[in-house]
Amino acid sequence: MNVQMEGSQAVAEILARCRPEVIAAYPISPQTHIVERLSVKVARGEIGRCQFVNVESEFAALSVLIGASASGARTYTATSSQGLLFMAEAVYNAAGLGLPIVMTIANRAVGAPINIWNDHSDSMALRDAGWIQLFAEHNQEAIDLHIQAFRLAEALSCPVMVCMDGYVLTHASEPVDLPDAAHVDAYLPPYQPVQLLDPNDPVSIGAMVGPDAFAEVKYLAHHQHLRALDLIPELTQAFEQHFHRQSGGLCSPYRMEGADIAVIAMGSVIGTIKDVVDELRRASIPVGCIKIGCYRPFPMLRLRGLLEGVSRVIVVEKDLAVGVGGIVSADVQLTLSGRQIPVHTVIAGLGGRSISTSSLKQMIVEARAERLTEPYFLDLNKTVIEQELARRRDIRRAGPVAEHILRTMNVMGTKVS
Amino acid sequence: MWQVRFHGRGGQGVVTAAELLALAAFRDGKYAQAFPSFGSERMGAPVMAFCRIDDTTIRTRDTVTCPDVVIVQDATLLHQVDLFAGLTPCGFVLINSTRSLNVLHLEEFLSILPVGHVCAFPASDLGLKYLKRPLANAPLLGGFAALTGLIRLASVESAIRQRFPGEIGEANVASVREAYDHVTTLTAEQQGILRR
Amino acid sequence: MSTERIKFYQTGTFTAGNRLLDEATRTVQSRVDRTNSLNSGHRACQGCGEALGARYALDAAMRASRNQLIAVNATGCLEVFSSPYPESSWQIPWMHSLFGNAPAVASGVAAALRAKGRDEVTVIAQGGDGATVDIGFGCLSGMFERNDDVLYLCYDNEAYMNTGIQRSGSTPPFARTNTTQVVADHPGNPVGTGKNLPRIAMAHGIPYVATASVADLHDLERKVTTAIGVQGARYLHIHVPCPLGWGSDPAHTMKVARLAVESGLFPLFEAECGTVVRSTPIRRKVPVERYLELQTRFKHLLGPPQDTNAIAAIQAIADANIVTYGLWG
Repeated sequence: MNVQMEGSQAVAEILARCRPEVIAAYPISPQTHIVERLSVKVARGEIGRCQFVNVESEFAALSVLIGASASGARTYTATSSQGLLFMAEAVYNAAGLGLPIVMTIANRAVGAPINIWNDHSDSMALRDAGWIQLFAEHNQEAIDLHIQAFRLAEALSCPVMVCMDGYVLTHASEPVDLPDAAHVDAYLPPYQPVQLLDPNDPVSIGAMVGPDAFAEVKYLAHHQHLRALDLIPELTQAFEQHFHRQSGGLCSPYRMEGADIAVIAMGSVIGTIKDVVDELRRASIPVGCIKIGCYRPFPMLRLRGLLEGVSRVIVVEKDLAVGVGGIVSADVQLTLSGRQIPVHTVIAGLGGRSISTSSLKQMIVEARAERLTEPYFLDLNKTVIEQELARRRDIRRAGPVAEHILRTMNVMGTKVS
Repeated sequence: MWQVRFHGRGGQGVVTAAELLALAAFRDGKYAQAFPSFGSERMGAPVMAFCRIDDTTIRTRDTVTCPDVVIVQDATLLHQVDLFAGLTPCGFVLINSTRSLNVLHLEEFLSILPVGHVCAFPASDLGLKYLKRPLANAPLLGGFAALTGLIRLASVESAIRQRFPGEIGEANVASVREAYDHVTTLTAEQQGILRR
Repeated sequence: MSTERIKFYQTGTFTAGNRLLDEATRTVQSRVDRTNSLNSGHRACQGCGEALGARYALDAAMRASRNQLIAVNATGCLEVFSSPYPESSWQIPWMHSLFGNAPAVASGVAAALRAKGRDEVTVIAQGGDGATVDIGFGCLSGMFERNDDVLYLCYDNEAYMNTGIQRSGSTPPFARTNTTQVVADHPGNPVGTGKNLPRIAMAHGIPYVATASVADLHDLERKVTTAIGVQGARYLHIHVPCPLGWGSDPAHTMKVARLAVESGLFPLFEAECGTVVRSTPIRRKVPVERYLELQTRFKHLLGPPQDTNAIAAIQAIADANIVTYGLWG
């Protein structure tokens, strides 16, 4: 059914049709609208006997799901930012135990300074925890990815994060097609656990593993991720046959025919980049765009194939490896090892900074002219930085950075941009 | 593509207004995208929300910096917040105020706009009348439909009924209708005055 | 050959064992059809109180639940000595996730069972004092507050033994641990610190809270059985001596545990919905020195010269317990 709906509400609607059996959640912006709606649906009995557990922390939320998943239940939670980091230990644990939990990450910056707005710092911090990470471009894809995520997770017995940009998608109202429950049922069979806490067939789960076997256990986790690289295209193909639309996948090219420059990105900024690509193409600039839909495992082979014939790559990423630069671009560089083409890192949209079409256009023009510094910070206010650096050179007890930068910029909460 | 920026204060239903406008546009068969200014602002703080309306899929996600329409839900924001920043030269402005345009002293900002593109009317009073609360967001949507002609009044009404079924929805619809009529008359009058 | 006189306390009199008891009140371990939750062959130290306590508690739980039992284990000695693959000692479905989340994992197991309509299965979470009173405290409090259908067993050996005897929030005053050393003016763990988890559990108003000790295994079995029969969040705090951490003779585990009870330092009681409803009277009151002198972690108090203030302070704690819980007379 085609509806105009807020992203979070749409995710909750589709989640209900995925028939989770245990949901545990702790509130954090901008994840709240999803779990609020789900709690209503559970209370109304719209999700069968599904249990909604209001827990005391994100660490508990995922821990509850670890127990529930090992007991054979289909499990779901959603979190963001500090919440994801607060559950970090359990994030690794769920993956290490091979439990097919599905978790929405309403992507948000990680403090300090505290910031509730969107970037990818949170899921990036846990990119190597063993979870599959899928990124949604728009709300239609976000809901579709959730349906795919349960099937993928349960096929591999491996947890999956569905990452959707906080506020930009979670709080955006836009048209989405919500498949009905019968359609979802036909695509997503009931959960058949590969390991189960069952009094009638006791097993020990989570026992200590020493040096003699630890590497092998870890290798098998890696192996599952490699399998995911084959399985994801199959699942998206099956999804397309079933729901009659393309959604998800490892990476998706846009106007890459004859492209000289490829702009690579993840998440909702892809939409803005597509508009920019169209505009530049009209000006005969041969640029295309590649969306990375699955960040972990990283689809190197597929991406390498898509980048054949390209002479310049720009990676636009909403995160920062402090002291290094890009995170996604490091993966892209590894993908392109042996090929001598420039890979530019563009750090953009940190802490919810709007990524404008004009800034993107300008940046691509600069990149073509070899004028980008590396890494390049889009729309960085260098004057403010110079002033603050000078101030900190002169005064030992210079005080908190964030406060002074805000004072310098005289930022008002009401400023438009 | 039409881009609309809503200004108001936390608690005044600014985000709801943007979502209702998107829903109304959707019911008109258009593509729409609504999103808030993503603030952590509490009740009473200045807030914004945005809506884009187009005939094709909307892909861009950046903040609306060059709005075609600015809707001011709270007149106390005038001269406090840079409300009209980036407003397109052919844009529209709709202000919730009991005062008339000539006493709001907005010439500096709005003189560039075409005649009949600016309207001030007491939307909160309509909220009080029909909802017993000074909620201006629904009446302003009625005013939006009248001022811009971008969406149909019927679509605004059905969007409101979908979001608020029952009595509250009907009260809102009544306020929207009166606002629509009011603004239609008002803009005609204002145009008449200005033409003279 | 030296011999030691042994007294038997199992039945509530000074008579030995189960033979004199009627069938219904005999210990689980005396039965032909006894279960074996925790098999032999695990790697606990000699005289381990925790292994003993866990074995008795879980066997009783298996019996009470007709083997319909799932256990979640926090990281700690019990987890480490019982689990290394391929030699798991557990004969019940058993899961270990993390140090600080056992109560939440158990809540999840309970939620899944509820979702699947398997109400007949009992869920147990267990951990040491570190996992319970310190790192897992948030999750435990959450599980209590939601009144999730979980029985939590805390095996309290009063320090982090798995990592090599460091202070926990359950370490008693003046005890020497590797992070509360007896150095200069510092007589071990500072007095006036620590938390009383059974009381905190009671403050949540959960249906059942009890303390137990390996000194009275029959009482432990009874409390586990009682707890299994109650629905909602239940908490059982079990005192388990650690010969390694306490510096006691492995052969003296029962004796040390018994002296903790008989001195009043570890009161045995049961509480329902926040109110103490029963306590186990002390049969023969002993001064705390009798308990302290068996453990090198208190050696610095006993001298010479004796730290009379410290011993008086410990005695005061025991005396207060005796009054609070009506343990004597």
